[in-house]
Amino acid sequence: MDVILLSRIQFGLTTAFHIVFPTLTIGLAIYLVIVEWLWLNTHNVLYYRMYRFWVRIFAIHFAVGVVSGITLEFEFGTNFARFSQAVSNVFAPLMAYEGMTAFFLEAGFLGIMLFGWKKVSPLVHFTSTCLVAVGASLSAFWIMAANAWMQTPAGFELIDGRFRVTRFADAIFNPSFPTHLSHMLLASYETAAFAVAGICAWFLLKKQNELFYRRSLTLALVMAAVIAPLQVVVGDFKGQNVARYQPAKLAAMEAHWHTNTQGGAAFVAFAFPDMTAEKNHFEITIPNMLSLLTTHSLNGKVSGLMEFPKSDRPNAAITFWSFRVMVGIGFLFVAVMIWAGVLAFRKRLFDTPLFYKSLVAVQPLGFVATIIGWITVELGRQPWTVYGLMRTQDSVSPIAAGNVVWSLAMFMIFFAVLGGSYFYFTLKTLHSGPDLTSPIPHLQLTSGFLSSTDAGAFNKEKVGDE
Amino acid sequence: MIHLWVFLVGLVVILYVLLDGFSLGVGLLFFSAENETEQDVLIGTIAPVWDANQTWIVFGGGALFASFPMIYTVLFSALYIPLFTFLFGLIFRGVAFEFRSHSHNKRIWNHAFFWGSFIAAFAQGMTLGGYISGIQVQNSLFAGGPFDWLTPFSIMTGSALVSGYVLLGSTYVIIKTTGPVQARAYRQAFQAACAVAFFIATVFIWTPYHNPGIIDAWLSKPRVYVVWIFPVLGLISFAFLFAHLKKRSEIQPFIWSLMVFLSAYLALQSAIFPFAILPGVSIYEAASQSETLSFTLWGVALILPVVLGYIFFSYRVFQGKIIYGEGYE
Repeated sequence: MDVILLSRIQFGLTTAFHIVFPTLTIGLAIYLVIVEWLWLNTHNVLYYRMYRFWVRIFAIHFAVGVVSGITLEFEFGTNFARFSQAVSNVFAPLMAYEGMTAFFLEAGFLGIMLFGWKKVSPLVHFTSTCLVAVGASLSAFWIMAANAWMQTPAGFELIDGRFRVTRFADAIFNPSFPTHLSHMLLASYETAAFAVAGICAWFLLKKQNELFYRRSLTLALVMAAVIAPLQVVVGDFKGQNVARYQPAKLAAMEAHWHTNTQGGAAFVAFAFPDMTAEKNHFEITIPNMLSLLTTHSLNGKVSGLMEFPKSDRPNAAITFWSFRVMVGIGFLFVAVMIWAGVLAFRKRLFDTPLFYKSLVAVQPLGFVATIIGWITVELGRQPWTVYGLMRTQDSVSPIAAGNVVWSLAMFMIFFAVLGGSYFYFTLKTLHSGPDLTSPIPHLQLTSGFLSSTDAGAFNKEKVGDE
Repeated sequence: MIHLWVFLVGLVVILYVLLDGFSLGVGLLFFSAENETEQDVLIGTIAPVWDANQTWIVFGGGALFASFPMIYTVLFSALYIPLFTFLFGLIFRGVAFEFRSHSHNKRIWNHAFFWGSFIAAFAQGMTLGGYISGIQVQNSLFAGGPFDWLTPFSIMTGSALVSGYVLLGSTYVIIKTTGPVQARAYRQAFQAACAVAFFIATVFIWTPYHNPGIIDAWLSKPRVYVVWIFPVLGLISFAFLFAHLKKRSEIQPFIWSLMVFLSAYLALQSAIFPFAILPGVSIYEAASQSETLSFTLWGVALILPVVLGYIFFSYRVFQGKIIYGEGYE
């Protein structure tokens, strides 16, 4: 294997491992903001307990996310030096801004979020939570700007193989950026909401801490109900954007070989695309559907893969299926939320075990959709690193393949250990359940703060505090 | 503007070295704790701040990439192995921190914490050694072999940095603890300070042999007027460091340890300037286009003071001694 393939595998592996964690923390941070806001407004101790429980899950994911994220920033230099050197003028400031604004907000205030309960006032603590949430979403802003620029480069001039900036606003707000960012943010919020919902449903099935998990579940479902349909709409915008700016990618995603010259393009519902024979095996199609979906008209023209030279085509066999799995999960989530809506309307949300079971079943699917969506985006961009301008084969570092074999092997071992222990500790934290007894720090209890039911419990606890 | 960026990147790098340096140093001291209580105290000294400290490397990497992309790309390809080793160390240190607190059987994570800190510190030192030794560059790209960095010199710089971090870590522990842990930290700080003094002397004697061009550079005018300032500053810092360790001051040893690091760093920088990559690439060749530099500068100018402000704030929130059993929860 050569440096190019090895570096791509390594970057893909490290990114796929990494993305799981920020996806959850970006969404869970918003969830925590809502929970703490409710705690400050209702003074209901349940919300305080909820915060302390879910923030532990947040912290585990945050730690693994940070350490795995540093890797990615290094890999631009270690493995893709030629790419980094060519694009640095445009691309690197976005990475620098990500480091400056986002990472620091998160890492700086996480300490207060986790350890600050006895040290700072409720307002300062709440502000810290908000800043961490803002930081998490800002992080996505810069990273998505950088990635979107690779998909639809703008705001530059190409001189002697180097990209020079002409206007940063154009480079950041490039054509695919708005849909790129909103799709990813919504994916994070949705994934986190379903992850929390699935966990709650699991414990509700076991009838543990029902009051606690019901309240947590309700919040998660409200979040999911807003986001799941929104994601479908944004996904549609994203599809149209790809059709317009990256036609080869869209053709590969849809396994669409021949441009429709007369009449509409058919939608391929099932097929095994064959890159060498340039056709689909066992295909099942729906007439005019592809034109309708991408151009919103029955006979709109959709470019086929055959329009592009063989050397410029992304792999349809993979992107076709990865795209379908992602979309399928998106619609499944909408279906689950419609069901939840019906149950809530009939006031049977909390006595339908089958619904709980389905929540548990779909719990990890948000992560699956995110990873597989990224596979679609990134493989669909091939064979380019900067779409249409710089090829992947010209992007790698001048290093020996042995280097990458070594680091890739190390990553595999480390990620197996890390992933295993991460999983173990998350399950352990969940298993130990929420802490419903330890006293609430004095600092958080200003006068008139407690509802009458909590006051008694608080007075008893007071003795043991500090 | 290029000079300003040299200053800023230099600032971020030294901030990373000093801040994560003391966190890694506490990790290196970890097994000197005699029981789990003392281990928890050591961990407690850095628990709320290590994450933010480590983040400076992300900032540093991003700023270097944006301002001097050639240093970033050449250095990272050339020092592929030590840099990834450093990363693997950081990864293990970081997750050990998080998982240790969730674990009943802490032994595995104690080892991961210590060895992660050690590997990260040593590999960082070797990276530095590889950088000082010079890198082969052709057509703006790295043109050497995968093990060019591995020399007796880089192994020495690796050991030097480990002892330096022990110094930072132990003097930090002095501030944050009391009783037997603090008493031990004084001894450790003294031993580490001796080791650091030895290594710095070695670097001074060895570097000119290792890299003959450097002595002419030192003696050239006008550099010869400036270049001696930082070694002298270093000597003064050492004198104060030893004096305050002897006097059992609590805060002063840490401050003078920082000064030792700072003067060593500035001595190095003043010797290398205006080169970005030894032996032949200047900072002017390695810099980004001026639009990129100024765009990124806006961010730094607005954000860096705020970041420094709230980091100061969070250190204030968590100031004071670590008392066993209380932690920060």
